[in-house]
Amino acid sequence: MQEVTPARPLWHVILVRPETMTFVLLIAAVVVASQLSPYFLDISYILRSFTLSAEFAIVALVLTMVIIAGEIDLSPAANMALSACLFAWAQASGIPMPVAIGIGLLAGLAMGALNAFMVIALQLPSIIVTIGTLTLFRGLAQIIAGDKSIRVPDWFIGIDKILVFGIPMPVVIFVLAAFVLGLILAGTIFGRQIYQVGTNEVAARYAGIRTRRIKLVLFLLMGLVAAVAGMMTASRLGSVRYDLGLGGELQMVLMAMLGGTYIFGGRGTILGTFLAAWLLVVVSTGMTVANLLPAIQLTVLGVLLIVAIIATNFIYSRTQR
Amino acid sequence: MLKKSLIALATGLALSTGAFAQDKIDIVFIGKNTGNPYFDSLTKGFVEACQKIACNFEFVAPATAEATSQIPFIEAQIQRGVDVIAISPNSPDALNQVFDSAREQGILVMTVNGDITGNESHRDLTILPTDFTKVGADQVEMVGSLIGYEGEIAILSATTEAPDQNFWIEGMKEALKDPKYSKMTLVATVYGDDQPEKSTTEMEALLSNYPDLKGVIAPTTVGVAAAAQVVQSRGIAEQVKVTGLGLPSEMRDFVKDGTVEAFQLWSPYNEGWLAAHFAVDLKAGKAKNEVGSTFEVPNLGTITINEGNSINTQSALTTFNAQNIDEFDF
Repeated sequence: MQEVTPARPLWHVILVRPETMTFVLLIAAVVVASQLSPYFLDISYILRSFTLSAEFAIVALVLTMVIIAGEIDLSPAANMALSACLFAWAQASGIPMPVAIGIGLLAGLAMGALNAFMVIALQLPSIIVTIGTLTLFRGLAQIIAGDKSIRVPDWFIGIDKILVFGIPMPVVIFVLAAFVLGLILAGTIFGRQIYQVGTNEVAARYAGIRTRRIKLVLFLLMGLVAAVAGMMTASRLGSVRYDLGLGGELQMVLMAMLGGTYIFGGRGTILGTFLAAWLLVVVSTGMTVANLLPAIQLTVLGVLLIVAIIATNFIYSRTQR
Repeated sequence: MLKKSLIALATGLALSTGAFAQDKIDIVFIGKNTGNPYFDSLTKGFVEACQKIACNFEFVAPATAEATSQIPFIEAQIQRGVDVIAISPNSPDALNQVFDSAREQGILVMTVNGDITGNESHRDLTILPTDFTKVGADQVEMVGSLIGYEGEIAILSATTEAPDQNFWIEGMKEALKDPKYSKMTLVATVYGDDQPEKSTTEMEALLSNYPDLKGVIAPTTVGVAAAAQVVQSRGIAEQVKVTGLGLPSEMRDFVKDGTVEAFQLWSPYNEGWLAAHFAVDLKAGKAKNEVGSTFEVPNLGTITINEGNSINTQSALTTFNAQNIDEFDF
């Protein structure tokens, strides 16, 4: 007789999932942070603080899809720097602004294509490939910009100062991007195929899914979005240097992991990463405004990540069909 | 952590209920990063000033000295509503926008120990340890006096791109054109990247490539300590004179055993001390942030605000030697 696992009750399906944990942690973080400092609970301050991480958060949404598809991309922060440097360098040398923006975006796409080529055509592991391109892109950015910063024109500065119904523009873009990508991942055939590729690539290929094309689209999207994020950072800071977004790849991976994306692919949601981005901002902002030492902040973030990884793996192993 | 958060909570409550008897101003100093002994001394200047005059002081710093790592800290201080932000900036321009936001809220923004060169309009004033245009000449005079103004000298710097270092090296080359130093030749400039191992290797290489080397200037605290270490272990203090910019705490043993006769630096303590006094006087209306105006600081005397709203804590470098080194604890 075949053993049949009983179907999970509905409440179980809804509540026992990593996003629930992220949400609970987020609520807890808000409560703790408002206890730590009386200056924390101010929605406009929290939104302003979110703009400082919004560029990374937007890229993390796409990264979530890449990880679900069973790959990883560690190069987007370096991509942000290189495409922003190319854009800034182009406009500083007299190329009209729209063309310069186009150059930045194309550069981002090209970087995504390079990653895709090595991962898909050369069959190399994406973690190694993107550690390589991370270093390469950052190096090229330094060659272009040197140790100097390149200014952007005044009218281009201050995307974070544009408010839509009181909400800073980068936050609006993040929410919209999360909404669109969430719909694609959860509600389209393309989205379903991403999960299938990440769960079992061989099986997906036998089922007629064009796995290479899906990965190509994801790496290209990654490159393009990173370029947009790089230019948003340039607008926020008012200048571009080769070290723009340095170390950002870790924050992006952290957001995806905290949101319950499974590092081996096949599982995760945009909602999870969306919540995790807010969680990270609330935790670090809460501690910074309470003037806690960075050592404490790092410790808390480390503990948080470990808790999230243990919980995610536990939940996934319990709900494995 | 609990204790800290309770303190933070208590301070917060006290602030929001306005329980302070006097109008003490809130000063925060944002360092480049944590765990840097140089900034401990600078912070001590602030702390001791605020024990005597009407200010509350806090020190915060990011974990890394990366260009944008200070931005969340500045945003947090704006939210806390402090009166003065003193900062050693990690970037000459990435902080422009957030400085503007702070100043829109009426916060006095002063850069300390380093300025946002080229973007001075985004801060209110800068407090620099000494007149950096004289550092190169002072250092050449120092090494000249040690080697009798004759022989080969070399420079052991930090990184090839450090703006301060390059500025000082330019100053040294300029000063060497003086006929007084005509018998001194600069044979090499090498870079130890402010890493002890690399600086040691570069110093060893200098000694083997230039057997007639008489003096080494290392205008960086890491470099000068590494150079002194090499000279000490080879026992060649008589042949090669090491000097530069160093921390008394790191150089004390070398001075005591005769490896290094003299080296220079300024007092980071005085920067904090002066910054706190000026901020309090300015907020009380006793001083003006105008070029050419002067104010009095206890122990430092009359201080003048120079071109570009820039203030120097001392006019020339302090020279440390066996006679005075025990008076300094940073």
